[in-house]
Amino acid sequence: MATINPDNRGLRLAVRYLVLTLIALIFIFPLVFMVMSSLKPDLQLLRDTSSLRAFLPVGDISLDNYYNAFSRVPIAQFMFNSLFVTATTVFLSLLLCSLAAFSFVFLNWSGKNVALAIIIATLIIPFETIAIPLLLFVSKLPWIGMEGLTFGWLDTYRVQIIPLVADGLTIFLFVQYFRDLPRDLIEASRVEGASWMQIYLRVVMPLSGPILATAAILKFLAMYNQYLWPLMVVQQEAYRPVMVGVQYFFQLSTAWGEIMAYLTIITIPVLAFYLVLQRAFIASIASTGVKG
Amino acid sequence: MATVKLRDVRKSYGDVEVIKGVDIDIEDGEFVVFVGPSGCGKSTLLRMIAGLEDITDGTLEIDGARMNDLEPSKRGIAMVFQSYAIFPHMTVRENVAFGLTINKVSKAEKAEKVAEAARILQMEHLLERRPSELSGGQRQRVAIGRAIVRDPKVFLFDEPLSNLDAALRMDMRMEIGKLHQDLGASMIYVTHDQVEAMTLADKIVVLKDGQVMQSGAPMELYHEPANLFVAGFLGAPSMNFLKVTVDDFGDDWVQVSSAALASVKVPRKGRPFSTGQEATLGIRPQYLAAAAEGEGMLKGNVVLTERLGSETVVNMAVSDGSNCIASIAEDAVLIPGNEMSWTFDPALAHVFPEQVK
Repeated sequence: MATINPDNRGLRLAVRYLVLTLIALIFIFPLVFMVMSSLKPDLQLLRDTSSLRAFLPVGDISLDNYYNAFSRVPIAQFMFNSLFVTATTVFLSLLLCSLAAFSFVFLNWSGKNVALAIIIATLIIPFETIAIPLLLFVSKLPWIGMEGLTFGWLDTYRVQIIPLVADGLTIFLFVQYFRDLPRDLIEASRVEGASWMQIYLRVVMPLSGPILATAAILKFLAMYNQYLWPLMVVQQEAYRPVMVGVQYFFQLSTAWGEIMAYLTIITIPVLAFYLVLQRAFIASIASTGVKG
Repeated sequence: MATVKLRDVRKSYGDVEVIKGVDIDIEDGEFVVFVGPSGCGKSTLLRMIAGLEDITDGTLEIDGARMNDLEPSKRGIAMVFQSYAIFPHMTVRENVAFGLTINKVSKAEKAEKVAEAARILQMEHLLERRPSELSGGQRQRVAIGRAIVRDPKVFLFDEPLSNLDAALRMDMRMEIGKLHQDLGASMIYVTHDQVEAMTLADKIVVLKDGQVMQSGAPMELYHEPANLFVAGFLGAPSMNFLKVTVDDFGDDWVQVSSAALASVKVPRKGRPFSTGQEATLGIRPQYLAAAAEGEGMLKGNVVLTERLGSETVVNMAVSDGSNCIASIAEDAVLIPGNEMSWTFDPALAHVFPEQVK
């Protein structure tokens, strides 16, 4: 083994950064390609794919694709639909899944281990296998709204939200996190006279920043990327989310430049959401308050 | 303030019984220490009193009322945990006031009680800090403060000092003792440290394998241990045990001897013996004294001496192969390897029918 020579330290650091930069580039290339292509007409775009020019803003550069994409698709409406459905689902999911996990970890009830095992087992069932039965099911479900009692949930926001709120992965994440919380804190709260709901709200939730951020990011991505389910249950543009909007560009001929422009636009909320929560994630790693 | 009564209290996890029928009476205002080696069930017993563990069988009464099935918060107890269990996301003030906030106590009363607890524990200057900014001793104080504001009938302490360093432990031990004097409340304190037990307790309950070995005042247990386990557990350095044979016995005396020990008559204390049986003689290190050559009852080779200032602890090998410790006056100078004779007052020795392992 070679010893670490102080003179080598700079070199080693340079090599390390070079490797890290290369890895970062591999991950960022598709994004760069997407943004660059969104600025080029289709012919040039396709020609550039055979060279490194695909990653450079060269040739006939314009914002025409963005203009065309906006005129072809009601982006604002789709974006609102997506953000509304996603935000509502993320909020309800964090609430319900954390409550479920709280019950699994802290309350004693018979059969809870079996119930948890079944929930975790649902992780291995792909959504596609239940999509058709679920479609038939929601198409007949009753709902009481402004118009009184109606049947069938198709072409609504709720059909995109309610079936997807609870999921095994989110519950599992919360269960794992809650199991690691110091048991003494929960017991001390009980001795102090806190109800289970008070323990959930005043002790467990304030200490769950990291897992709330993690679960929110995962759920946001899963919901924002929904394609199959909204394609099946939503026919009206009024309720259609952004991902389904991509198919508008495949109708007569495929408009690659416009697709890239459209994708660039709909990627922005994902990046924004991630950056915001990433900060919350780091800020919320607090001391555990147990032991000295 | 209250009395606590445990009657034939048992706890099982499935087929495994961990608390095997415990009877304990705690008087109003008494400071009771549960002590025993790890795994003896002392913490489980405390948690059963707190209501954090179910009582499988038997009854628990606080102030004459049966508590078995009541929620922890309804039992009139407050508990201080080994890990302190203070909430990291709240300030010291919010931590101390947590129970009051939960129970919707008025702001004025809350402020008053928190101020009072802070005054008793001398932590007024810490109230706006977060737990992460506190030292171990300060966190422990917050945990005790949270117990004080509840004005409980019974305080429960679960090894509260075991996470503190030695110097701080002594300070906090004295503070807890003083707190008991000031508040006059009944307190139950769990520890594996016999020094804490001896110094704090009005009554010590020695537990082993889920059973009470002996309970009583610290000095009573120290001077009159009921069995070999209690004799060996209390006192530092711990009691010397020598294998002996019973030569003869009368109503209140037993005569024993061994290869290493001249024949001695020690108090029988009502224990059953038969002539010729193997037994164990117990002598506290403090009661061993150096004897003039040829006059001692016990011979031992000095192995090691530890001079602690106030005393010198002599470790020696007795001729039957066992080890003995003598704690003698501070100025003694002994040379390792020397054979010495030792003597003791037989009236202060104990003889147990059980055998040392």
